[in-house]
Amino acid sequence: MDRLLFLLATGLARGAIFALFALSLVLIWRAARIVNFAQGAMAVVAVYVAFAVTGLTGSYWAGFASAIVAGAAIGFAVERGVMRFAPHDSPLSGVIIAIGLVMVLQSALGILFGATVRPMEVPFDERPIVIAGVPVLSPYDLFVLVVAVAVMAALGVLFTRTSLGLQLRASAFAPEVSRLLGVRVSRMLTIGWMLSAAVAALAALLLVPTELGLSPHSTDVLFVYAFTVAVVGGLDSPPGALLGGLVVGVLMSLVTGYLGATVAPIAVLVLLVVVLLVRPGGIFSARQVRQA
Amino acid sequence: MSQHTATHRRTVAATAAAAAALLAFTACSTPSTGTDPAEAAPGVTDDTVTIGTHQPLTGPAAAGYSSISAATQAYFDYVNENGGINGRAIEYLVKDDGYNPATTQTVVRELVQEDEVFAILNGLGTPTHTSVLDYLNQNEVPDLFVASGSTSWNQPDKYPFTFAFNADYVVEGAALAQYAVDESPDAVVCLLGQDDDFGDEVVEGAELVLGEGGLAEVQRYSVSNQDVTAQIGAMQAAGCEVNLLATVNGFTALAVGTAAKLGYFPKWFSSSSGGDYPTLVGFLGEDLAPKLLQGFTSTNYLPFSPDGEWTALFRQINDEYNDGAPFDGNTVYGMSVGYLFAEALAAAGDDPTRQGLVDAISSGDLVGNGILPLSFGSDSHAAYLGVGITTVDQGVQDFVGTTYALEGDEVATVEAEPVPLEGEGIPGAE
Amino acid sequence: MSPRILPGLTGTPRLLVTAAALTVLAIGGTFLLDPYRNYQLALVAAYFCATAGLTLLIGLSGQLSLGHAALMAAGGYGYALTANALTESGIDGVPRFLVSLVVAVVAAGLLGLLLGLAGARLSGPYLAGVTLALVIALPAITSVFSGVFRGDQGVQIAYDGVPEALRLIIAVEQWQAWVAILVTAIVVTGLAVIRRGRLGLRMRAVHGDETSARLNGVPAGRVKVAAFTASAVSAGAGGAILCFVTQSVSPGAYTLAFSLLLVVAVVVGGLGSIGGAAVGAVVVVLLPWLIGTAIGAFDLPTELEQRLSGNLGVLVFGALLIVVTAVWPGGLAGALRRRRRRENRMLRADQMPPAEPRDSRPAEPAIPASPASHPISTEPER
Repeated sequence: MDRLLFLLATGLARGAIFALFALSLVLIWRAARIVNFAQGAMAVVAVYVAFAVTGLTGSYWAGFASAIVAGAAIGFAVERGVMRFAPHDSPLSGVIIAIGLVMVLQSALGILFGATVRPMEVPFDERPIVIAGVPVLSPYDLFVLVVAVAVMAALGVLFTRTSLGLQLRASAFAPEVSRLLGVRVSRMLTIGWMLSAAVAALAALLLVPTELGLSPHSTDVLFVYAFTVAVVGGLDSPPGALLGGLVVGVLMSLVTGYLGATVAPIAVLVLLVVVLLVRPGGIFSARQVRQA
Repeated sequence: MSQHTATHRRTVAATAAAAAALLAFTACSTPSTGTDPAEAAPGVTDDTVTIGTHQPLTGPAAAGYSSISAATQAYFDYVNENGGINGRAIEYLVKDDGYNPATTQTVVRELVQEDEVFAILNGLGTPTHTSVLDYLNQNEVPDLFVASGSTSWNQPDKYPFTFAFNADYVVEGAALAQYAVDESPDAVVCLLGQDDDFGDEVVEGAELVLGEGGLAEVQRYSVSNQDVTAQIGAMQAAGCEVNLLATVNGFTALAVGTAAKLGYFPKWFSSSSGGDYPTLVGFLGEDLAPKLLQGFTSTNYLPFSPDGEWTALFRQINDEYNDGAPFDGNTVYGMSVGYLFAEALAAAGDDPTRQGLVDAISSGDLVGNGILPLSFGSDSHAAYLGVGITTVDQGVQDFVGTTYALEGDEVATVEAEPVPLEGEGIPGAE
Repeated sequence: MSPRILPGLTGTPRLLVTAAALTVLAIGGTFLLDPYRNYQLALVAAYFCATAGLTLLIGLSGQLSLGHAALMAAGGYGYALTANALTESGIDGVPRFLVSLVVAVVAAGLLGLLLGLAGARLSGPYLAGVTLALVIALPAITSVFSGVFRGDQGVQIAYDGVPEALRLIIAVEQWQAWVAILVTAIVVTGLAVIRRGRLGLRMRAVHGDETSARLNGVPAGRVKVAAFTASAVSAGAGGAILCFVTQSVSPGAYTLAFSLLLVVAVVVGGLGSIGGAAVGAVVVVLLPWLIGTAIGAFDLPTELEQRLSGNLGVLVFGALLIVVTAVWPGGLAGALRRRRRRENRMLRADQMPPAEPRDSRPAEPAIPASPASHPISTEPER
């Protein structure tokens, strides 16, 4: 029982990060109908910025803020500088440009900073929180959970309760109609990218200290699992990303704990296949595309 | 439909022609066959010897390894500056394989066929080097001092041209387990290992000492998942007191760091592949590392003692020829590899051939610079069959003076026999 | 290239003749090459198998697979395990090669069939997600079943030397290049026949508008499954060739990065175009080598050289990918084709409007706006 509690807790902490990153993928998918393969690489660039800022100022929080700002700036640059030029008539071209962007960003980081892994420290107590005699979560894990929940709540409010949120949703759902109604669709698209990239940068910033440290490839695995999460949850569904993230996080933790680390990727593959066999559009798929 | 198909075939033709032209353009010679392998000495001229290696310089696995070949290169620069070996300068070609076996196969063929190297030195990695083992031996290319502790390299009958460098993982596992038994006879001993041959062979070595099932808990991790909380949690729950680690440096740091976050502070006994203190400091940070790694136990077989004469020399070479790159276990490792190759080349005589080089190593006359004698001989292609135990105290890692060797299936305590530094660290120079 | 070869032939016979001519040309070409170039040529051939299948899948049927590395691995393991089993029962030489190749192709084809069945139900990104998860799970699968797949180290096979009769004429690398070229020629010709035939037409129809295609009686699901299977078979053949040439197969060679590189190859070459797939395969093999050689030519400090090697190649690939997608949606092959057409037009001093159709779907092979080249249509009847 203790073991189960422990595995659930670690799974949740990690799942929250998966969920946050998956959410950023959902945001872009909703805004631009692109699976942004470059999301991980863009986020890692933002984390490098945070690393530099923390190094210069000595403050984790300055780095934290700068990662979010840098994330948004990178989102802006990528949308205006690269994605605008993707031919709009094929859904593939955006994906392929994004793959190109991953290669450019990661190799540029590799050339600039080398393959060295840089440790990132966090200003949190190292002692775990013990519940019923089981060391369950570190204070940092708790912080991760709180941030993830706060960001998701804030995004929920933004999309459902504000005018900007309404415009964002409208321009993603029906760009032509929105344009006629005076919504600046192109600006909304840019804002969508900035929001998404900022959330991704935050997720990456939360993840890196729990792993080996910062390198150009720090987010490779995060992207892969977050993409799986987004697909499991349904690419259109923010609640799907949240639930999917937690499910995948806990699944990996349980499988690693009971069956061994090696089996975890297979378990994720099986989960994905099973979910998609039952619901080809993910757990929370809302609409069916038109069928003959 | 046919109109663009036809256009299309022309494209294929044009493409194929262009490709053929491009390939032909760079083509040079046809293969030289029928030479006697014993006489073969490609890569050797009157004043140079060209050798090559495959190393992970880029990609996810690059971290922590790219400094090895830079150190070897710096050592060769030092040797060349001081007259080379038997009057020949050593040219060292380093190819990046990104730790991808497919790339390894390509770059090794390029080294052998294009660059016509005399030998391959210190190719890094078990999966990568395994993929070229057959190729190198079929082509009778000396495959020296492979950078991995797999026992595969020590098969003189099957792979007569391949020689190991690292103490193998079985030796390390056995030595660590023996030290655990000697130091704390009643402790619960467990193991965290990589889910490949590295983990398997360390378990094998540890079980030689502890007996089958002597490890109270064996947890495995996969390099693709940098989250070892579940594994460390299991070891904590099992009450493990001494944890043997068959981990690479990054995962050693991860294991120690994760355990600390869980409020778990067992003794850590790491293999040399994941026990280099300066590298671990790089992963854990200057502040945390001395606290978490106090008493950290590992093995080594090279003269890395901070106040030793070899270290002094290597530091000097590192400052002069390697732009003062961070000095760590990889630097000592890379330069020791360079030294051993230089010694082998010197022993191969004034007119080295591939066979002559292999014979020089198999003769068993090489001494290297390790803390124990080399085990090379006609029936052994293993370099070191014993290791010394090291610990970290106040941020300084050094030998504690206990040295074990594996003799058959038995671990014996032996005396270290460090090789004194002679001839300014250049073999053959009197 | 403008005078057409054998103007009398049309349709499939013409394609076969061209394919045979190209094959002979390629085999002849091996005599001009040194062993390392022949090895590179064999690699190009193996990658060409995979990219030709992938370009058919993405370009014609519109299904994005990020799992082609896993399909190649299926071929590689199928080949290696069969070859080892046959070696143990004392069979070697050509029979061993052929049986192993067939098993490799069948193994990859079965995996492709399963993926195709999934693909028929899933829309673009969901299918991409499944194939991606498959590639990620590959190393895990090889280590969980390490008794069969031998974990990270992979499977090594016995060496296939040059047959007795040819031993004096050619080196082993040249022999390997011959085998690679022959297998590739057969596989790619098969794909080209599919592409220009009824199935190819149906794939385009399904890709263009699945609903309309269904309304017109095209069994969209079955067409997609067929496309995936055909593509998997050719990827499997590619994996088998790689295994034959390098005598080993291991999971570390078939990573997600490699899968993405295959996608890069077909996009850079030009989606849907077999010639483009060939260009892509050549670029993938030669570009890293060219860049490595270029870096080696400069006398750089070790640190900088280490950072550049490997990284610079990826950087160039990425930039190429972005530029090609944004500027020439038809890929390099499409760009060449357009240029040639423009030249032809200038030659004929035609009064055609010079504007090229902004090639809509990169998936569609660029269809000329003018009925310029051939008047004969071999469009298959419905």
